[in-house]
Amino acid sequence: MRARCWLFLCLALTASPLHAAVRLNVVASFSILGDFVRTIGGDNVNLTTLVGPDSDVHVYTPTPSDAKTVADARLLVVNGLGLEGWLPRLLQSSASKAQTVVATAGIAPLKLGSDADPHAWQSVANAKLYVANIRDALISADAADAEAFRGRAAHYLAELDALDAEVRAGIAKIPPERRKVISTHDAFGYFAAAYGVAFIAPLGVSTETEPSARDIAKIIAQVRAEKIPAVFLENISDDRLVGRIAAETGARIGGTLFSDSLTGEKGDAPTYIALVRHNIKALTSALEH
Amino acid sequence: MLADALISPFTDFAFMRRALAAVIALALGGGPIGVFLMLRRMSLVGDAMAHAILPGAAIGFLLSGLNLFAMTTGGLIAGFAVAILSGVVARSTGLKEDASLATFYLTSLALGVTIVSIKGTNVDLLHVLFGNILALDDQTLLLVAINATITLLVLAVIYRPLVIESVDPLFLRTVSRAGAPAHLLFLVLIVVNLVSGFQALGTLLSVGLMILPASIARFWSRDITPMICVAAASAIVSGYVGLVVSFQTRIPSGPAIILVAAALYGVSVLFGRNGGVVRQLFPAPHLEA
Repeated sequence: MRARCWLFLCLALTASPLHAAVRLNVVASFSILGDFVRTIGGDNVNLTTLVGPDSDVHVYTPTPSDAKTVADARLLVVNGLGLEGWLPRLLQSSASKAQTVVATAGIAPLKLGSDADPHAWQSVANAKLYVANIRDALISADAADAEAFRGRAAHYLAELDALDAEVRAGIAKIPPERRKVISTHDAFGYFAAAYGVAFIAPLGVSTETEPSARDIAKIIAQVRAEKIPAVFLENISDDRLVGRIAAETGARIGGTLFSDSLTGEKGDAPTYIALVRHNIKALTSALEH
Repeated sequence: MLADALISPFTDFAFMRRALAAVIALALGGGPIGVFLMLRRMSLVGDAMAHAILPGAAIGFLLSGLNLFAMTTGGLIAGFAVAILSGVVARSTGLKEDASLATFYLTSLALGVTIVSIKGTNVDLLHVLFGNILALDDQTLLLVAINATITLLVLAVIYRPLVIESVDPLFLRTVSRAGAPAHLLFLVLIVVNLVSGFQALGTLLSVGLMILPASIARFWSRDITPMICVAAASAIVSGYVGLVVSFQTRIPSGPAIILVAAALYGVSVLFGRNGGVVRQLFPAPHLEA
């Protein structure tokens, strides 16, 4: 009996460090990155997302529990390109030793004014680079589970390829002269560049800026002159301004586009793939005829 | 050419006409309130109120999501609670109005941040609630107009006790008991004006167009009635010039209007008839026999 106990104890001691303790603590800065990490990391990572669904990553204020989360993390996955302006101070104050992974590494940033446009995930081709970066970071932090990460990433990359084709097929259905819309803030630069739909936005790249009367007048004049068919809203910002532009020009409100944030489980865009599908459906149904 | 620059923005664009109408309504209601605020040394109450409404807005958000009506109603209730509690404390104890207001608004702000964090959302509620003068729909415009009307009517009723109390509270106490109710009614007016102003136009404009014109008027008159007229007039001028400036340059409208008011204030500080710097350096000769 005693011998059996010893045997059991030895087995437990040798087994536990290999299995129970290897779940890697990963922190993602906002919901879309969180979705990528969850998809690739699966059960092998312990994921915390700082800015959750339906929340604005531009104007976020970290809490003490965030500092603790970051301090306990092995990997910190961020978008970079100036999206998480609040992050450097959080890192400093939490004394985190986490390795920071910039998911946009290797993406040629578009310019918006003098700064880089951070909303790179809106092009599915970029999303694939995000996934590759996150996969490589996970593998280098946790080599033991490399196979699992590679397998899930390969599967997901194939899904993203299919998604990219789906988006292109959707856009192809819209007559070229109708491929232009108004949306609340400049979050669709990469989408516009990749798929050839023109986006015009009253707010700047960040939801924090305020438009001048001149900006609004210019947009209204443009909508009238170019006969832009539809105006879109976003899930995280005030839509009164866009509503006003629609009322003044007779453009119709085409629905909601999801830009910087996923929705909750019950919403229309709980994952990145659902988000892109939702947006392309909203665009095609508003612009097709 | 000049007439074009000054008038055509308003004939070409409905949103400019709406903005002008809103600024005029705000000036008529906010001007007199600002004068009384200044005379009672409560000029900073507006900024305090912008924070004090957070718990109400947050509860509105918890109950019905990003619904402006619910959030505004909640904000109004929170504003009333803070204004009236601090008014009652200031009147029944030795604590001065500014100190008791500061206590209550900070408590209210702390409560608001707590409620928002419990819900766990990161949408900046006040950012969403606070409107923009370029994005006025019919409903908001009506709200601003009704507000100005009610404000002027109520002010007409409580004008005498309010004026006497502002200059000689002890005298008022010996001849009438209208002081306390008039003061509380005045506090209610402040809250209604500010909160609906925030919702329609944002903090900067609704507070700024109350306080700056009052400070300007102080340099041009010693009597309250002309002071109120100068305040309302300079608010209207700032609003109009600010909108034109915002239309011709790229300055956002709210800041443009307040900067014009600030320029008027600078001129008044220098050349004002009543205590202006130049007037003090070169006093008019005394009448001599």
